[in-house]
Amino acid sequence: MSTLEIKDLHVSIETEQGTKEILKGVSLTIRTGETHAIMGPNGSGKSTLASTIAGHPRYNVTSGSITLDGEDVLEMSVDERARAGVFLAMQYPVEVPGVSMTNFLRTAKTAIDGEAPKLRTWTKDVKAAMEQLRIDADFAQRNVNEGFSGGEKKRVEILQLELFKPKFAVLDETDSGLDVDALKVVSEGVNRAHADGNMGTLLITHYTRILRYIKPDFVHVFVDGQVVEEGGPELADRLEEEGYDRYAKGAGAAAAPAAAQA
Amino acid sequence: MTEITTEKARIGAPSAQPFINGFTEEGESLSPINAGTKAPLAGDSAKSHSHGGGVGIPDSSRAGRLTSYKLADFKPLTGLEEDWRFTPLKRLRGLHSEVLSGAAPTVVVNGPEQVTVESVGRDDKRIGTAGIPEDRVSANAWENFAGATVVTIPSEFEATTEISVDIEGTSLEAAAQHLVIVAEKFSKAVVVLNHKGSAVVSENVEIIVEDGASLTVITLQEWNDDAVHASSQQAKIGRDAKLKHVMVSLGGDLVRVTPSARFTAPGGEAEMFGLYFADAGQHLEQRLFVDHAVANCKSNVLYKGALQGRNAHAVWVGDVLIRKEAEGTDTYEANRNLLLTDGARADSVPNLEIETGLIEGAGHASATGRMDDEHLFYLMARGIPEDVARRLVVRGFLNEIIQQIKVPSIEERLTDAVEHELALTDN
Repeated sequence: MSTLEIKDLHVSIETEQGTKEILKGVSLTIRTGETHAIMGPNGSGKSTLASTIAGHPRYNVTSGSITLDGEDVLEMSVDERARAGVFLAMQYPVEVPGVSMTNFLRTAKTAIDGEAPKLRTWTKDVKAAMEQLRIDADFAQRNVNEGFSGGEKKRVEILQLELFKPKFAVLDETDSGLDVDALKVVSEGVNRAHADGNMGTLLITHYTRILRYIKPDFVHVFVDGQVVEEGGPELADRLEEEGYDRYAKGAGAAAAPAAAQA
Repeated sequence: MTEITTEKARIGAPSAQPFINGFTEEGESLSPINAGTKAPLAGDSAKSHSHGGGVGIPDSSRAGRLTSYKLADFKPLTGLEEDWRFTPLKRLRGLHSEVLSGAAPTVVVNGPEQVTVESVGRDDKRIGTAGIPEDRVSANAWENFAGATVVTIPSEFEATTEISVDIEGTSLEAAAQHLVIVAEKFSKAVVVLNHKGSAVVSENVEIIVEDGASLTVITLQEWNDDAVHASSQQAKIGRDAKLKHVMVSLGGDLVRVTPSARFTAPGGEAEMFGLYFADAGQHLEQRLFVDHAVANCKSNVLYKGALQGRNAHAVWVGDVLIRKEAEGTDTYEANRNLLLTDGARADSVPNLEIETGLIEGAGHASATGRMDDEHLFYLMARGIPEDVARRLVVRGFLNEIIQQIKVPSIEERLTDAVEHELALTDN
């Protein structure tokens, strides 16, 4: 049982116009086995939260904390966070020319586990995981994300999620740009990773569509860098009907956060 | 990688425009000075005034460069010349100024028995058929070489194993070297020039790719740290012939390779790839010339380099000339440099000269930058430590060239060599 705890997190970025605060005090606690959906309109800071957890250098934490079982995550380098068990499925996975998927997956697995995976079982695992995600076998020979379509990139992110078995998975708009079939395949992958009960999930999305396939335990609504409402899965249904408009009228007027995960 | 400078141009067939003064139907009337130069090779291609070298106004077209077998035709170098402006002449160890009387590096050729290897004198009729010096250092070698090695792949012979030419230097006395590679009609072969040891040498390599032949020449410069090497590698490409030229420079104090490909009949194809890894203090220079002198030929150039350490210096100049006759030409050239540390410098100059608009395409690109932070972030976000991630990215960057070699033993060796260079980065 692990806990990822985010407390009063303030994050800013440097822009040409100066420093801009994006997260204005975010608190969130995720435990193993739980799925939290973070929903909100564009520009509300959802992806910033995801990137900050992973340690992207663009984002400066000005105050607050992130801890994993009490360990200070913000003190860790990007790779240390990953090895500690935090996985970020990226919204826009980058292409890494000249590095084959096979080589990349094995190198990452070795780094995360601290030892090289047994070649025979590893090859089998990769093959099986690829099949389940309906990724063509020849992708293993191709360079990381190079020439992959948007949907293929997302599937490869989930492939990594399944192979690396993190303690906490942050899915940054994994559903965006996917057609219904791909959405199902990807959701099944997340559910498989979740099924063992050894992973907590932070599912960041703009749409409620993916929540038909991945059932959240908690829903947090993000507006202007803050959580403005929290609830159970029923909150997602309400958002589906009403959209984010009512929050846009003024974040301050929205319902006070219910301490759903307290 | 982060692209600091990028320049791209694609030029297609012109639309039917009304006649405009100064323009022909094919486009702008360019470089009238080149009109009349027909044959693309050697002495014939030299313009009537070219032996003068500096007589009158030097012309800016690549075709107008002085070419001569005689050293005396080239003025002593000052370092201000366009084609020497990046080269530290002081480190040439006399290749440009002294009589090259040192012992030439030894040449040992291994390959299928059908391939003939001859040691010939200066008067052999094959010498001078594909090349003519275009600079003083090359002319100095031409003036001084004692004998040449001629490697001939007989017509219609398809070699299944590569032909390796081991060129090993043992002395630092300035020397001259001459090689001729002939791929006869419809033959197919891979020739590997392995440069190693210690040497101060100016080398002329003539490459003749006869009609319908397909030749790959891989030139590896894995010299010791003290070597100085200038290599002019000039290829003449026949009808429907294919040349793939792969240049790899890793070792040596100063290595300057000037490969050129000249099309002499339609249907020819040239692919030119290069990889270099410059360490602290190393000067690795490459200047290419692709001469589209006839119609319907294709060329593709890609050079990639990594640089690390103080005063690591790489120079890439790519000249592509599409002459008036070369309708239907399709050409692209690109250079990419990855600067791994502070204090390194890469100069990259793509030049495209087009004298006809009736072409399939012509483009060039150049980018020099640091490692892309997003690449590193992605790999590190998967638990890969920074040093390993950096190595993966550089290896991947250079792999694109290594993959072109298609001789597994060499690919493996070069991958190891790149690993070795990268291991130095960490120290």
